[in-house]
Amino acid sequence: MNSSYFINIIRFTLLVLVQVLIFNRLNFFGFINPMVYILFLYWYPIKKNRASFIGLGFLLGLSIDFFSDTMAIHTAATLTIAYVRPTIMRFVFGINYEFQSFKLRNTTKAQQFTFLALLIVVHHLVYFSLEIFSFANLLLIIKKVLSIGLASLILCLLFGSLFSTNKE
Amino acid sequence: MQQIINFIIRYKNFLFYIFLLTISLAFTIQSHSYHQSRFFNSSNWITGNIYGFSQSITTYFDLDGENEKLLLENQRLLDLLINKTPSNTVNIDTTDFRYTIVSGQVIRNSYANQRNYITINKGQKDGIEQDMGVITDMGILGIIENTSNKFATVQSILNVNSNINAKIKNTNHFGSLTWDTKTYNVVQLIDIPKLVPLTVGDTIVTGAMSSIFPENILIGTIKNFDLDNSKSFYRIDVNLFNDMTNLKSVYIINTINRREILELESATTTNE
Repeated sequence: MNSSYFINIIRFTLLVLVQVLIFNRLNFFGFINPMVYILFLYWYPIKKNRASFIGLGFLLGLSIDFFSDTMAIHTAATLTIAYVRPTIMRFVFGINYEFQSFKLRNTTKAQQFTFLALLIVVHHLVYFSLEIFSFANLLLIIKKVLSIGLASLILCLLFGSLFSTNKE
Repeated sequence: MQQIINFIIRYKNFLFYIFLLTISLAFTIQSHSYHQSRFFNSSNWITGNIYGFSQSITTYFDLDGENEKLLLENQRLLDLLINKTPSNTVNIDTTDFRYTIVSGQVIRNSYANQRNYITINKGQKDGIEQDMGVITDMGILGIIENTSNKFATVQSILNVNSNINAKIKNTNHFGSLTWDTKTYNVVQLIDIPKLVPLTVGDTIVTGAMSSIFPENILIGTIKNFDLDNSKSFYRIDVNLFNDMTNLKSVYIINTINRREILELESATTTNE
C-alpha cells in the first residue's frame, strides 16, 4: 500500500516536470506540444477511491497550469477525464473491469490502445475548446485535437512501453 | 431530509466533479474577459526557480550564438556613438532621462497557444512593475503582466489580449497591433485609415500614444495589406523582426513619468 503511494507521488512529480520542461517546449511544426502527463491517469490504480482520484486529477492539471500560464484549462480537461474514466473503462473493457482480479496489463493491446486514445481525445477536446473558446473556429479546434492528439498518443504509447509495469 | 442526504451520498462524486470544474472554469472565463489570472502564473516562487534552474543548464548550449548577437548589437551602438558629433559639454545628468532600462533573461517562452506568456528572471527586487514594456535588440516583445519577488511574466505580442499602439515609420498614422493566432512571426496592425499610402516592406514602429513603450521601437515590416470589413481601414500583416521562437536577452523599459501620466489621465476622465 505504502509503495503504491510512493510510486504515484514520484510518477506525479516526474510527469509534471517532463511535461513542462521538455514537451511544452517541443513546438514541433510550430504548434505541436504533446501532453504526456495524461499517462498518470492512465496508469493510476483502478480500485482506489473515486473522489480522491478526481481530486488528484484536479491537482495534476493545476500544477501543469501553474507552469504553463494557461489559466485553468489543463485543470478542467484533466478533471474531466478523471471523472469520465470509469465510463470509458466500462466501454472499453466491458463489465469485467469491476471484478477484483482485473488488471490493466492482463487486457489486450487493442483494449489498452483504445482506452488511452479515448482519454486523450476527451482531454484534448475539452482543452482546445476552452483554449480557443469560440465555435467559429471549430475547424481550428478539430485540427489541433487531431494533430496534437496523434502526437500525444504516439508519445504516450512509447512512454507506456518504456515504463510498463509488467516485468514480473 | 433523508432523501436529500441519500441524493448527496449517491452523487457525491458527480457533485465533487462539478464543484472543482466550476472553480477551474471560473478562473478560465475570468481571464478571457480580463487579464491573466493572478494565481495561475509562472512568476511564482516554485515555478520560477524550476524554470530558472532549467534555463541555467540549457543556456550553455547556445552561448556562442548569443555572444555573437550581443557583439553585433554593441557594434551597432558603437557605430552610432562614434559618428555622433561630439558636443562640448557631456551631459550626464540622469534626471533628464525619461526611461531607465533593466536587462533580463528569458527563462520560459511559449508561442503555440492563443495566449502566450514569457517568464523572465527579473522581478520586484529589480524594480519591475506591471505594465512595463519589454523589448529585445531586434524589436518589441511584450508587456509585464505579473511580478513576484524574483520573476515576472510578460504578456507576449503573440497573445489575443495584446493591444499595442503602433505606427508606420516616419508618419503619424497610428493603429493597434493585434494577433490573429495563426502564425508566430506575423502580427496584425489594424485601424490605419484607407487614405494612407502603404508599400509592402514599410517599417512598423511603436507609436507615441503609449506610456509603456518609447516611440520608434522597431516592430516589423509590412508583409501584405488589405481593407477590413468596414472598407475604410487597412488590416496589415506585419512580419516581425524578432524571432519569437528564439529569445534570450531582453530589456525591460521603465517609463519614469508613467505614474504622473496615468494620474493625469485618470483625473481627466473622472472630471468628465
